[in-house]
Amino acid sequence: MATPLSLKELSKKEDRFTHGHRMCSGCGAPIVVKIAMLATDYPVVVSNATGCLEVSSCISEFTAWNVPWIHTAFENAAATLSGVETMYRSLKKQGKFDQEVKFIAFGGDGGTYDIGFQSLSGAIERGHDMIYICYDNGAYMNTGIQRSSATPLGADTTTCPAGSVIPGKLRNRKNLTKIMAAHDIPYVAQASPSHWQDLFRKVQKAHELKGPKFINVIAPCNRGWRSKTNDAIQLSRLAVNTCYWPLYEIEDGVTKITVTPKEKIPVAEFMKPQGRFKHLFSPENEGLLQRVQEEVDKEWAKLLKEAKTD
Amino acid sequence: MAKVVAVTGNEACANALRQVNPDVCGIYPITPQTDMMQRFASFIADGKVDTESILVESEHSSMSACIGAAAAGGRVITATSSQGLALMWEMLHIASGDRLPIVMPVVNRALSAPLNIHGDHSDAMGARDTGWIQLWSENGQEAYDNTIQAFRIAEHMDIRLPIMVCMDGFIISHSIERLEYLEDQEVKDFVGPFKNFLPLLDLAKPKSYGPLILTDLYHEYKRAQHEIMTKVKDVVLDVAKDFEKMSGRKYGIFESYRLEDADIAIVILNSAAGTTKDVIDQFREKGIKAGLLKPRLFRPFPFTEIADALKNTKAVCVMDRADSYGSYGPLFMEIASALYPLEKKPLLMNKIYGLGGRDYLPSHAVQVLTELNEIAKSGKVNTLKDYIGVRE
Repeated sequence: MATPLSLKELSKKEDRFTHGHRMCSGCGAPIVVKIAMLATDYPVVVSNATGCLEVSSCISEFTAWNVPWIHTAFENAAATLSGVETMYRSLKKQGKFDQEVKFIAFGGDGGTYDIGFQSLSGAIERGHDMIYICYDNGAYMNTGIQRSSATPLGADTTTCPAGSVIPGKLRNRKNLTKIMAAHDIPYVAQASPSHWQDLFRKVQKAHELKGPKFINVIAPCNRGWRSKTNDAIQLSRLAVNTCYWPLYEIEDGVTKITVTPKEKIPVAEFMKPQGRFKHLFSPENEGLLQRVQEEVDKEWAKLLKEAKTD
Repeated sequence: MAKVVAVTGNEACANALRQVNPDVCGIYPITPQTDMMQRFASFIADGKVDTESILVESEHSSMSACIGAAAAGGRVITATSSQGLALMWEMLHIASGDRLPIVMPVVNRALSAPLNIHGDHSDAMGARDTGWIQLWSENGQEAYDNTIQAFRIAEHMDIRLPIMVCMDGFIISHSIERLEYLEDQEVKDFVGPFKNFLPLLDLAKPKSYGPLILTDLYHEYKRAQHEIMTKVKDVVLDVAKDFEKMSGRKYGIFESYRLEDADIAIVILNSAAGTTKDVIDQFREKGIKAGLLKPRLFRPFPFTEIADALKNTKAVCVMDRADSYGSYGPLFMEIASALYPLEKKPLLMNKIYGLGGRDYLPSHAVQVLTELNEIAKSGKVNTLKDYIGVRE
């Protein structure tokens, strides 16, 4: 079921996540969803956690989803989808359904890293045949930019604001991709809309593997990142090239870096265009900015080592 | 041919679920429900049902998964108690809002704090406004019969709503009683095949379940839910009629016991009704016209019919095995609402009994009926709300 990786061919395909949704202009999330939905020719059923994507894509009788889609609540896209997938298996086993169907859950970082983590971990442990895709914009953007456990070190959010005493978030973000890999599942990956072919291939590959799969995709939010409306792809590319958001996959426990930046540039290049890090560029916060760079370097070194060892 | 057995309420319900053979079951343990789902898991393990189980990590995920499975298109069950039902609370609203006919035995148990695992109606009463149909059961036989009837009610094309079958924790779930099982084929024929309605897995016609509804329509959706509830009573009665033809056991929306000519009456739910009936017989022998009303359909609440059944009594005590702190017991509030439109109403009082599994003794029923008899004579209620069986 491979769709060729050619824009000419892809442009002929029917949109499964259509235009007319009401996401903010310049939002990274619908780009991620569109690529992921184009990456398979299988029939798919989608489950969606409450969040920007959900409230903007299905309002009253208007839906942007051209596939069966279900939203129940914030913390349970994985549990809900595990129910759909189980009924599918039950009906197939009983001979009441004979089509091959794939299952995808979409959740933001709040619904995935935080409130939805138990439901995600549970569904993954049970081994449901589905892909969970997290679009990570680094905060609770839907409710107005409150910190999540995916919020990067030093970021200014409405619940960890950069004030005169506390300069934004003082904790590192949770490394959810690694945590999901520790569930010992067939496939875990990190991707970015800037490298759409890489994202595309990862979704394609995940669909071909049986069992639970997890893909974490960076999704810039110009409202929360306080960046320019047309910066989403540029910023996600900088996230990759600074190694703030390395692109890699862990297949059957084997780590592989899928995109290595030609030149690893300072993380400040990714941060400068974003208002949420503005305060880090004042002299008194020099130490914190340095810490951000050290954390990125440390994680990148770890990843290189893991990929090399394997 | 009915088979007479000696089983616990949990075992009886697990057997009813086996006979129905649902497509998907969410399983999570909680005392005193655990034993029911363990038994059902054994039926799955031994190939006695086709059911696929989802061995979830919490009740919240159990109900979420049941919602996903029911929306996908098939027959879905789960069971819970107490804290488990409380953890499901958010999802209970979503199951009914999406009109998914999930069947869930609820083994009634008290809520924390303080932690208590025993029989009490606080759990189901807390879920009374979640849009679920509720059937209540006096004993193992009723729990078994209600569970079978629940599928027909929930899955009726005019209804399509989730349903709870309530029974008292330990008192019913763990006590062995004489019970009559129906034949497997009888149950299968009675319940019939699952009929789909807008299944998510209909790939040719993609549906979007769970949209955002703003101020322009939400109000209308909620009113529609109420409208559907008004149709439930007739379906419950129709299903009961069919069930009686098959089993010989008669069910209504409530049970009246020696109520037709009663001067005084007790309104009480579930297992305590049995004890009360015995004491009522003793009072009748003494020439005191006592009676009992035991609600079976608690949601939707049959206000008119209950008011009609109680209208000729002089004094009524509504007994609640759950409380609403700073207010009256939940059943009392329903009965008071039911009686309010009557011009001539009985005098009412509310007794809170049996919280957290505290024994409800025949002496408590004697105490209440004696007080009711005095109220009927004097026309005066001394204490409107009181606790009985409390250690002073």
